[in-house]
Amino acid sequence: MTHPETPGGNLVIRVSNVHKSFKTVQAVRGIDLAIEAGRFVAILGPNGAGKTTLVELIEGIQQPDEGEILIMGKTWKGNENYLRQIIGLSLQETHFIDKLSVWETLRLFASFFGIGKERCEEVMQLIALEEKKRAWVVNLSGGQRQRLALGISLLNKPRILLLDEPTTGLDPNARREIWAILRKLKEQAQTSLILTTHYMEEAEQLCDSIVIIDQGKILKEGTLTALLGEVRDLPVKPVETRRITLDDLFISLTGRHLHD
Amino acid sequence: MTDRITNSQLYQLIATNFRELIREPGVLFWGTVFPILMSIGLGMAFTRKKDVVTIVAVAGENHLVWHPNDSASALLQFLDAGRSSIEKDKTGTFSRTITIADDKLGNTTFVFRSMEWQQAMVLLKRGSLNLILDEKSGALQYHFDPMNPEAQLTYLKLSRMFNSKGTVLAGSGTSVVPLTVSGTRYIDFLIPGLIAMGVMMSSMWGISYAIIERRSKKLLRRMVATPLKKSNFLLAQIAVRVLMNFVEAGLLFLVAFLLFHTTIQGNVAALFTLFLAGNFAFSGIAIFISCHTAKTEIGNGLINAFSMPMMVLSGVFFSYHNFPGWSIPAIQKFPLTMMADGMRSVFIEGAGFGEVAFPIVILTATGIVFFIAGMRFFKWH
Ligand SMILES: Nc1ncnc2c1ncn2[C@@H]1O[C@H](COP(=O)(O)OP(=O)(O)O)[C@@H](O)[C@H]1O
Ligand SMILES: [Mg+2]
Repeated sequence: MTHPETPGGNLVIRVSNVHKSFKTVQAVRGIDLAIEAGRFVAILGPNGAGKTTLVELIEGIQQPDEGEILIMGKTWKGNENYLRQIIGLSLQETHFIDKLSVWETLRLFASFFGIGKERCEEVMQLIALEEKKRAWVVNLSGGQRQRLALGISLLNKPRILLLDEPTTGLDPNARREIWAILRKLKEQAQTSLILTTHYMEEAEQLCDSIVIIDQGKILKEGTLTALLGEVRDLPVKPVETRRITLDDLFISLTGRHLHD
Repeated sequence: MTDRITNSQLYQLIATNFRELIREPGVLFWGTVFPILMSIGLGMAFTRKKDVVTIVAVAGENHLVWHPNDSASALLQFLDAGRSSIEKDKTGTFSRTITIADDKLGNTTFVFRSMEWQQAMVLLKRGSLNLILDEKSGALQYHFDPMNPEAQLTYLKLSRMFNSKGTVLAGSGTSVVPLTVSGTRYIDFLIPGLIAMGVMMSSMWGISYAIIERRSKKLLRRMVATPLKKSNFLLAQIAVRVLMNFVEAGLLFLVAFLLFHTTIQGNVAALFTLFLAGNFAFSGIAIFISCHTAKTEIGNGLINAFSMPMMVLSGVFFSYHNFPGWSIPAIQKFPLTMMADGMRSVFIEGAGFGEVAFPIVILTATGIVFFIAGMRFFKWH
């Protein structure tokens, strides 16, 4: 990973002291985040940690109670049109119109960006759904639907891609297919990615840096190697054949597993 | 060039709405076929046929069975004088049939059927008959619901027949015209109102409910995270609905024309413009109603709260002039009343632009105001 720019000089996303509460729940409690161009960042945390709330704040779908969010140095207020053009995203709960085909769905979302057929064809190829082109969304498998969601998020060749649990609920095969698409994207080095997950493998396999959050706060962040280096007092001493994981780190920080 | 059109937000949204519509058979049935079936049914039920057969129950002294051979019966003497035919059916009930000929209104056939009071009441409740004759020591008594216009008509025809004996029975073709409303059939009254109501209902369900349902399914949440323009999204909803409304109204009119020979007396262009204005009004209101809630139950309630009072009060099925006088000026300001009255005046009274300019302007303005307000307060999630 070569980053010729000085750290902080090339930030695509800067989140400063952001808070967000719902009636009785403090979902995000003072998070700071700085993400450099081209980086793949995983936000790792158990269910209810505040991952979705955090990314939706960054996506401008929710507004923070407190703190500031800058994307390409711009706030959401007053720059919505510009930012919507350069951001791609998929929500945690992905809902499209049931009785629309894959192709029709792509065309619909492409039109929102003023994008034509050719790019839809490209994306269809990228997400390997050509043979499902005419199938209705309602008849897709979970993995195919997630790939479609990913394809839609890529239509506008986004400079910033935000994926909320893109592989949750998928079987290992379907998960690997998604990972393969994201790796291709990384090779092209045009996109910065934030993805949330509670699968440590996903964070380990795909991302340059990992932000571990719990109860609305950042517990630790850094590269995989740096984070694993921090694991002290293992609750269970690893056998020689078993390597240390992020789960071990999470346990040593909170006493709980990442997911049950 | 075609690419520029097919790549546009509006085109894709309209195409999407159409696809959703035709791929959901239930929507097509309830939105298009059902209103037409309903109007055919109502039209059949309320359009007076050429020959009307009215059954009159006759009970005798003390509500017992009336004996069709009782020589003391005044009714019997009358019927015999009028050469009525006498029949006895399988159940042993006697009935006598008498027909009043009228070349303008069609013939009316009265079937006097002897039965016990209790049975007569059952048939009355079922709507098989609407009047019971009771003979008490030679005097006739009419029993019927004075609020039922059909029963009134039976009463008037019967009493007229009894009072003028020979003349009517001879079929001299005397005029019975005062008994009906200037020859206007109910179906002629009904069709314009049904078209207006169709526009209201299909806008409410096709726009309001569709938007609320999409919001509740979190479909809109994904769309808002794109450069999609709110106005395009809403206009696409309206465009598809207005087009469907044209199809529905056209079909309804075609059916009415084929079955009941309904015609448009007035200016067709004025009718068209008024129809469009009504569509604007209800589309705008539909957008406004759907702008906030994400709960389909609330959407249901809002739609019913808005449309039900108008269904009852706006005179779609029955004239609102039966309501208290003080309420009529208010009723006439409802959008459905404006549209239905305007359509009716073009259909039946031969009105043109002059007569319907006011409702056209008001309905269009209503639509614009509610659309802007709805767009202003519109929530994606
Ligand atoms: N719209 C909401 N209303 C009320 N509580 C919410 C809402 N969204 C999230 N929360 C709460 O905020 C906390 C964080 O949720 P979320 O951001 O979805 O976590 P994660 O994505 O990490 O599972 C949870 O306790 C959740 O119940
Ligand atoms: Mg989540």
